[in-house]
Amino acid sequence: MIVRIADDAAAIACGADRVAAEFARLGIAVERVSSWGMHWLEPLVEIDGKGFGPVSPADVPAIIGMRAQHLSIGRIAEHPFIAAQQRLTFARAGRTRPLSLDDYEATGGWRGLRRAREIGSAATVEEVLASGLRGRGGAGFPAGIKWRTVAGAKGGRKYVVCNADEGDSGTFADRALMEGDPYCLIEGMAIAGHAVGAQRGYIYVRSEYPHAIAKLRAAIEASRDIVAPFVLEVREGAGAYVCGEETSLLNSLEGKRGEVRAKPPLPALEGLFGCPTVVNNVLTLAAVPFILAEGAKTYADYGFGRSRGTMPLQLAGNIRQGGLFETAFGVTLGELVNDIGGGTASGRPVKAVQVGGPLGAYIHPDQFDLPIDYESFAAADGLIGHGGIVVFDDTADMLAQARFAMDFCAAESCGKCTPCRIGAVRGRETLDRIRAGGRHAQALEELPQMHNARPRDRSLYDEVTLLTDLCETMKDGSLCALGGFTPYPVMSALRHWPEDFGLTQPVPELQES
Amino acid sequence: MESSLTAAERAQRIEEIIAEHSSREGPLLPILHDVQQMLGFVDDDAKRQIAAALNLSRAEVQGVVSFYHDFHDHPEPRPVIKLCRAEACQARGVEALLEDAYRAAGKRVAIETVYCLGLCSVGPAAMVGREVHARLDGERLAALIGEAA
Repeated sequence: MIVRIADDAAAIACGADRVAAEFARLGIAVERVSSWGMHWLEPLVEIDGKGFGPVSPADVPAIIGMRAQHLSIGRIAEHPFIAAQQRLTFARAGRTRPLSLDDYEATGGWRGLRRAREIGSAATVEEVLASGLRGRGGAGFPAGIKWRTVAGAKGGRKYVVCNADEGDSGTFADRALMEGDPYCLIEGMAIAGHAVGAQRGYIYVRSEYPHAIAKLRAAIEASRDIVAPFVLEVREGAGAYVCGEETSLLNSLEGKRGEVRAKPPLPALEGLFGCPTVVNNVLTLAAVPFILAEGAKTYADYGFGRSRGTMPLQLAGNIRQGGLFETAFGVTLGELVNDIGGGTASGRPVKAVQVGGPLGAYIHPDQFDLPIDYESFAAADGLIGHGGIVVFDDTADMLAQARFAMDFCAAESCGKCTPCRIGAVRGRETLDRIRAGGRHAQALEELPQMHNARPRDRSLYDEVTLLTDLCETMKDGSLCALGGFTPYPVMSALRHWPEDFGLTQPVPELQES
Repeated sequence: MESSLTAAERAQRIEEIIAEHSSREGPLLPILHDVQQMLGFVDDDAKRQIAAALNLSRAEVQGVVSFYHDFHDHPEPRPVIKLCRAEACQARGVEALLEDAYRAAGKRVAIETVYCLGLCSVGPAAMVGREVHARLDGERLAALIGEAA
């Protein structure tokens, strides 16, 4: 009997190592594989394709003795959660040992790189262009255009940088890919290097992902000769959320404060150490081996409109069945939250869903027919970002959530732009005054010397108007999305849940622009 | 963590760290990570030594140390539990655990806020050193604090 148990960080955090140790103690062979991404079932134990979960060490004797039907979920690959997906990037999830070169090659590994080398750099760029692949980090910029720019840029020294600073709450797909299929990312970066003429690649991983860092370093070592002369190095972040912004990341790699840079110049022309640089998210690069191996058209045939290929979505927060759900663009938010995710973990009604991370809008259940694609969400004043979907039940206080958005911005601001650095703090203070219902004039303001003081008391309505004005300033006056998009969660909370802010009448200025 | 070294021994170790990273481009963050790991913090002597080695001003090194949450310029002698308080863990009830957690930790254990450990569907979550823990409730968190103390 061989049992397969994941060594993904989520599985380990739920106790997978202790379960594995118990099987080993009882003389059973254990293979550590990547996670299937059905987190509510971790620690998941697989025997001959059949799954048992969630398993605790005490359950192990029953599983060995075939007396654990109560934990059985049947054949894992046929589970509705898995069967409903289109796993192109996460094809190996649950099926291979992450660091096994044999497993990687047996499942089609390195075919993309081989083809890229056969067809040459220019044709490789064309393939990625034709696939319609857009950056999966959040900006959604066509990857092929970026690669073409770098390929055509002047300069002997070029770089490929992988943005693995996945700091958005509600996201873990990058982590799951790096821990579960590190060779896939390595292959994607090697293909990128070949396509644009880059000799070195850096993977900037946030320090909160120690397992991913260790796995990647081991995988790079093991695959060094396969990707040579392309050379890869992992660099660890240092706890700054803003370093997920590409220019802040480049500054961090250079050993500087993670300040955001103005664009132009684009990193594609003047990036790392002033050299032409491809900066792409983990999932963008991990989609590339498939595109080269199977062809651009195969990838582009998934999805529709300007949203081609598949998106690895992450079901998170107060959700019953959370995990990794990769699908072609077009599934609706309601289907994801209610049918696939099974509603809330608490059993209480869904109140709000934040899509796209801390800088994404809070979506009301009334908007659950929104399909997951770039354009639909933009039209609804939202964004899909990196694909994180965080569910809140009706115990959520949307004023508290709006205040947290400002608080987070203040804590993580790089400090360059006044609307972000100062605006976030003022936003937090304004929300505190909204909580209090407004403010009364203070003794200082009422002194006869204060000639230019404004009308002294401020009503709730006044504070809400002020917050709205502040949000507009932050949106228009910030160099990057940290200050620029903080208004998304704040204004969406205010618009759709006015009662949480003490507003009993609709406020005309807040209606959708 | 090596808090019992003499100043000369510390300087020697830092010299070794700097040498280890000498072939890297943009070596400052890797150097600071190793110094932080070894000493528990990056003090003024370390900043001075690193600045000299990399031909940077002390202000530049100070600027980098102060920017990133991971680097500290004073030691934290207590064991540290990093508790996630970002949106997904909020949605799974982490805020309600705080009061009891801070009380249990008292002055013996430091509870630090982090924003996201990538365990967003199995929160509340925490990291102690490099060990990750999920599905925390009041009881499990209290047990973690007890073990750490």
